[in-house]
Amino acid sequence: MILNEVTASQQIGFPILSILIVFPIVWAIILNLIENDDVVRKTAIAGALLELSLTLIMVLNFTPGISDIQFAERVEWIATAGVGYHLGVDGISVLFVPLTAFLTLMVMLSSWSSVRFRPKSFFTALLVLEATTIGIFVSLDLVLFFVFWELFLVPSYILLRLWGIGPQRGYAALKYVMYMLAGSAPLLMGIVLLGINHFDVTGSLSFDYPTLLTVPVPRETQTLIFFLMAFGFAVKGPLFPFHTWLATALMEGPVGMSVLLVGLKLGVYGFLRFAVPLVPEAANEWAWLMVALGVIAVVFGALVGLVQSNLRRLMAFASVGHVGLAIVGVFSFNVQGIQGALMLMLNMGIAATGLLFLAGFLHARTGSSELSVFGGLGRHVPLLATFFFIIGLAFIGVPGTSGFPGEFLVLLGAFDAHWAVAAIAVLGVILNAALFLSYFERAFLGPVTRDAVRGLTDLRPREALIAATMGALVLGIGLFPNPILSMTSGSVQAVVERVQQEPTPQVVNYAD
Amino acid sequence: MQTESIAPLLAVVVSLAGAGLVVATRRNPNLREGCSLAAAVLQFVVVLTMVRPILDGETLHFKVLSFLPQVSIVFRVDALALLFAITASSLWVLTTVYSIGYMRHHHEDAQTRYYAFVALALTATMGIAFSANLLTLYIFYELLTFMTYPLVAHAGTAEALAAAKKYLLYQLGASIVFLLPAIILTYTMADTFDFQPDGVFPAGTNTTLLVVVYGLFLAGSAKAAIMPFHSWLPAAMVAPTPVSALLHAVAVVNAGVFLVLRVIFDVFGEDLLRQLHLDVATAIVASVTILMASFYALRLDTLKAVLAYSTISQLSYMILGAVLLSSNGMIGGVIHIANHSFAKITLFFCAGSILLASNKTKISEMGGIGRLLPVTMAAFLVGSLSIVGIPPTAGFITKWFLATGSIEADKLAIFLVLLLSTLLTAGYYFRIIRTAYFGSSPEEDGLSDADREVEKGHAQVRHQVREVGPLIFVPLLLSAGVSVVLGIFPHFVIELARLALP
Repeated sequence: MILNEVTASQQIGFPILSILIVFPIVWAIILNLIENDDVVRKTAIAGALLELSLTLIMVLNFTPGISDIQFAERVEWIATAGVGYHLGVDGISVLFVPLTAFLTLMVMLSSWSSVRFRPKSFFTALLVLEATTIGIFVSLDLVLFFVFWELFLVPSYILLRLWGIGPQRGYAALKYVMYMLAGSAPLLMGIVLLGINHFDVTGSLSFDYPTLLTVPVPRETQTLIFFLMAFGFAVKGPLFPFHTWLATALMEGPVGMSVLLVGLKLGVYGFLRFAVPLVPEAANEWAWLMVALGVIAVVFGALVGLVQSNLRRLMAFASVGHVGLAIVGVFSFNVQGIQGALMLMLNMGIAATGLLFLAGFLHARTGSSELSVFGGLGRHVPLLATFFFIIGLAFIGVPGTSGFPGEFLVLLGAFDAHWAVAAIAVLGVILNAALFLSYFERAFLGPVTRDAVRGLTDLRPREALIAATMGALVLGIGLFPNPILSMTSGSVQAVVERVQQEPTPQVVNYAD
Repeated sequence: MQTESIAPLLAVVVSLAGAGLVVATRRNPNLREGCSLAAAVLQFVVVLTMVRPILDGETLHFKVLSFLPQVSIVFRVDALALLFAITASSLWVLTTVYSIGYMRHHHEDAQTRYYAFVALALTATMGIAFSANLLTLYIFYELLTFMTYPLVAHAGTAEALAAAKKYLLYQLGASIVFLLPAIILTYTMADTFDFQPDGVFPAGTNTTLLVVVYGLFLAGSAKAAIMPFHSWLPAAMVAPTPVSALLHAVAVVNAGVFLVLRVIFDVFGEDLLRQLHLDVATAIVASVTILMASFYALRLDTLKAVLAYSTISQLSYMILGAVLLSSNGMIGGVIHIANHSFAKITLFFCAGSILLASNKTKISEMGGIGRLLPVTMAAFLVGSLSIVGIPPTAGFITKWFLATGSIEADKLAIFLVLLLSTLLTAGYYFRIIRTAYFGSSPEEDGLSDADREVEKGHAQVRHQVREVGPLIFVPLLLSAGVSVVLGIFPHFVIELARLALP
């Protein structure tokens, strides 16, 4: 697979991706020069808004439908080790950059009044987290990618540890970091093996993603690399059975952090960006295993979610199910499946996080996320209930919402791959609907069981703004998914061709 | 012949805008109901503008937007679509007038919500009628479920919420478990979502899989209330009467039948059905539904429940007619969409009128009510004659076509089913009519003649049972009138049905 590059200077005239990474850091430094907490909040939000506008400028200048790497920047970094500073986006990654900026802005808005403890540090950590996340999505050098991947842990740990809402936040933060480190060690090994293979073939080291795609990898090495990388990405996903950190982190961590953990599917992105295209034959050979894990996750996540009374826990398990469904889409290895997986990830970034925000608003009022023990919330906070329902419709993939295109395409892809897989995936979709609707019924309809519910105030203007933005996105993307799909189509097509092509000619020659 | 036309989009948008206006004018009930009525009338007019081109043999097309790379949201109006759309939009006008009378007289809560969601339900219904492909249909079909859910739950009581939950469970469950896989499997086999008059599947498609897909479609159209997916319909009778009218006549159940007819005519096609013997299988299922529902209806005492089971059995008439696969049979099935709707809406309007006037819901309590509500019960009589199929009402035309169709198709068993079910239907409707006209009111039971006279006077004073008002009795007289008109001048509907056949 040869990916052409369009440089940032050709396309837009300035290194926009570098700016997207550096800007939040600079802004974080400015933030720390301000004394007044209120000004800090406003400045932080202004920064997030600027960053979001910048990502939207990038999206508007993005050329859809082609597989080229766009806005590319390439600078030599550690030449002897073959490590370069190489940035760029294509159809696989382009959507996640604005999504990251959008979610960060929403998290900041939602934390306006709920974060009382050291707001300056909180917003600083969020901005750094934003920078590293965007770094992950735009890096095209594997070492650079890994640097951002690890840096991501620092602000995450701090956010979980210091602003967590649960009594065991220290344990949750530690568990999170331990899991992540356990996953990233094999990932690093996989990256190194790819570099060494490049050395074996060409005589020089390289960790450059487009370069590595042009170098054939022997079959046995492919399998090893695939499993090393798959382990790292599965933990991050989280893909069943590596998911246990997520529920803990969501229960103990701050609302903002749980939104980012659920909303940004870094693990699935890793599979799609690196694990599958770099070692396509191994990915093809072991696709059955990934799909099997995927469908198990779909059913398992929804079943466990079904019995939860706490919305954060429910979201954690539902998220495990959604990651499973996205993995099924990715490893169907057809255009529909992969496009569906991308749409699904985008939808989770909006729908799941929308629900978590609303749960967070209730948590701020009542001190509990055990919504289902309340009952009758609908009568007392009707606006919140309405938004909860609308966003929930996207969560379960009802047509007309952003959840439908992704789910539909993944099922379409899965049916194309194997009917049994699709049948189980459909089962998961049903359970997912049951999970949300039954939870909604318990929490929002029926008689009120706690007096605390009666005095609740409905959404405040700032909260209503977040909910309405989420709701508008849910319906907007749901009705007009095609512009988004056309952005991803070129790159998805390239990945599918890469995986489905015959084994590399060199291997054939060798056999002769 | 295909013509580009924006009319189908307009029809969809009119009610959507209507919903917006209803919400915007919520502070002024008169204006709000005015907007609702204006939207209904306008939609009806828009639908009527499409009649001429369709009768000239054209189909109207409009591409709304490209949705996924494989498929767009496209509207296409053919005769079948038009028949469904005319039925729905004309009945929406009547229902709106009736609703104004009913909701105000009954002092219902949340009337703005009611009018808004009815308008949205009509948007979904028009979308279903005009869908050019399975995906478009699926989207609007699901939309209809969610737009009618708040209507079923309208009262907000535990019973209403339970019924609404059952409604949602059946609709959503069936459409995710059966309909969605059916659509996806159809695409993987036929490589298209578009409806095509001779069916979409290429020759040589795996027949086992085709049978499975057909079964999934049939099970997935829960709105058609084919047994065993019917029990949401009787449960939903807790909703206010105008909502029942919407469910039973205007939109919901017709949407289910419409989906089945589309699958039979435009996804599988006549030849494939016959070749796979699916026509016989469907006919058996439909016949069982017809007879079982009629037996149920015989034993029930709540008027709306009887009507609900009557609907279940009548819907299967439409499906039964279609799978006869003879031209008269199919015409009978298709025209029954209109004929049944006008009759059934009359009956529900009457049930509502009785409730408003006398607060009675049980047949056994309605003794002698025909003498107190002469207009209502006259309309009820016409409606039930039409359902039973007695001339000069529209129902007779249906029965005529179905009966001749079954003979034409050489299926004597179906002819016998029709005969038996007609007897049963007559049985449960004439029970109601006999009670209403010739029964004695419950207060009079067990009294001597002298006391009875005295009690009668008291009863008159106590209940003051009389017709509620023109907003109630005008719509029901009109719909009853249409049932008679369609029985005497059935040409227009038959012509549409003839054009709708594959």
